[in-house]
Amino acid sequence: MRTRTWAPYALIAPTLVLMAVFLVYPIASVGWFSLRQHTVTQPWKNGFIGFENFRRMLFEDQLFWQSLVFSAKWVVVEVGLQLVLGLVLALIVNETFVGRALARALVFSPWAVSGVLTTGIWILLYNPSTGIFQQLAQWGIGDPGTSVLGDPATVFPATVVTELWRGVPFFAILLLADLQTIPNDLYEAASVDGAGRWRKFISVTLPHLRDAIVLSTLLRAVWEFNNVDLIYTLTGGGPANQTTTLPLYVARKAVDSHDFGYGSALTMAGFVILLFFSILYLRMSKFGSRA
Amino acid sequence: MTQTLTRPATALTPPPAPPRRKKHRDPSRYFRLHLPLVLYLLFTLIPFYWMLVFAFRPTGQTSLVPWPITLEHFDTVWNGIGFGVFFQNSLIIGVGTMIVVTVFALMGGYALARFKFRGQRVFLLALLCTQFIPGAMMLIPLFVIFKSAGLLNSLTGLVIADTAFQLPLALILMSGFVRNVPIELEEAAMVDGCSRLRAFFAVTLPQLKPALVAVGSFAFIGAWNNFLFALMFASRQDKFTLPVGLSYALGEFNTDFGALAAGGVVAAVPVVLVFAVVQRFLVQGLSAGAVKG
Repeated sequence: MRTRTWAPYALIAPTLVLMAVFLVYPIASVGWFSLRQHTVTQPWKNGFIGFENFRRMLFEDQLFWQSLVFSAKWVVVEVGLQLVLGLVLALIVNETFVGRALARALVFSPWAVSGVLTTGIWILLYNPSTGIFQQLAQWGIGDPGTSVLGDPATVFPATVVTELWRGVPFFAILLLADLQTIPNDLYEAASVDGAGRWRKFISVTLPHLRDAIVLSTLLRAVWEFNNVDLIYTLTGGGPANQTTTLPLYVARKAVDSHDFGYGSALTMAGFVILLFFSILYLRMSKFGSRA
Repeated sequence: MTQTLTRPATALTPPPAPPRRKKHRDPSRYFRLHLPLVLYLLFTLIPFYWMLVFAFRPTGQTSLVPWPITLEHFDTVWNGIGFGVFFQNSLIIGVGTMIVVTVFALMGGYALARFKFRGQRVFLLALLCTQFIPGAMMLIPLFVIFKSAGLLNSLTGLVIADTAFQLPLALILMSGFVRNVPIELEEAAMVDGCSRLRAFFAVTLPQLKPALVAVGSFAFIGAWNNFLFALMFASRQDKFTLPVGLSYALGEFNTDFGALAAGGVVAAVPVVLVFAVVQRFLVQGLSAGAVKG
């Protein structure tokens, strides 16, 4: 239906207004703040300072580089593990078995749980006095009194597992939805050609899932990069800033020290990195080329 | 008559039977299906169970089966710490966001699916780009906007912020759902003399019921779970939401795990129930091509 009416514009107007005010304008103002000294608690010092924030960030701020390195490590490990486990899980619950509907509802359920609540649940599980490791030690497995979140050697894997618990269902749901669109004829044809289970997975399933995998890994990578709730509440970036990501660093600048100017400069750095990464990723994976 | 009916039936029964029997005999199914599924279920459910044990177990006990159960921790968090108020705030924000997001997503999704208009591609591209905007990094400018608009410590303000961040994806999803409703139905109604608006309400809207349930529920879950906006824009305790209350409980009650667990149960039950009901709509909707826009 081709029309030259005002109707579609009226229909998208509320969305446009909300996006303009709460997404576009804030991005522009982040750009403006990044060129200023702007601290809420010291308003008398506020003013335009050019690229001073960026100079400080790139050449003097060790924590900026450290948080960036940790962010990269966090995103690669999380997205990689979530993809593999999510794919396996999707393949499992795509099979026919008794109780499948219930199994799906149960394994997907952590997806609905917030980052803060995930932290709460895993703090109960990890706590050194009444947690699961204490319980296992009573049964003779492992050492009692291990504080996995306090020990620099175990804090990273412990945080990764916690986020996996909540993150794997995202991939499982998206990939399951895509698995269900694979026509059965393809598998039958492969069977006729004598393909085994593994061969079918490599030649039929994976190529079909390609675009869904590219899109979901990209969305998830951006999301995990920006994800603050869980790390903020679980480790607070510690011990000794070991688990501080760039957005967590920004959030702490904004919430704790109210240093809006420098926080905005850090935000701009995050934008540029995400944008560059996304374009590069879509180019390199030749997204959509199958169609 | 009976002959012609029974003959094809007997002719058709044998083929499906062998694969079914074969499946159940295949012992490798236990290793590649049941074993990993059970392991993954344990990974998913043990943390939930751990929380339930702590929430219903009297302080000082260590048994893994909380019996007899106690409600003392729920009394502590609900009345003592104020989770009753937080629950109410979260509910208002969740339901408010759900309604606004669903209505706006339906309008915009319909426009994208049923009209061709100038700027359509740019609009779609802008919607997709919003998915790359980090909420955490928008805290600073949003705080400034909210402060000057007098929206700090206001539930309405949080509904607006949550809506702004959830609407783009909800709209894209909804346009996919609308596209899946055959336009011929609507056109037929319009040929019969319905206005476009009436055709929409009488023909298309009833078909969109699962879509409305899915999009609305996910908006509810997103708003219910949002932490950073609520933390940043609501500093008064009577405007706290459940995640904010919980984050303070994480710090303050480091030793009172019973209270933390009970607060967690209060925060978890509504969203997990809603999600259990709607997750199959999500899988159906996504696989119907909604995600491909």
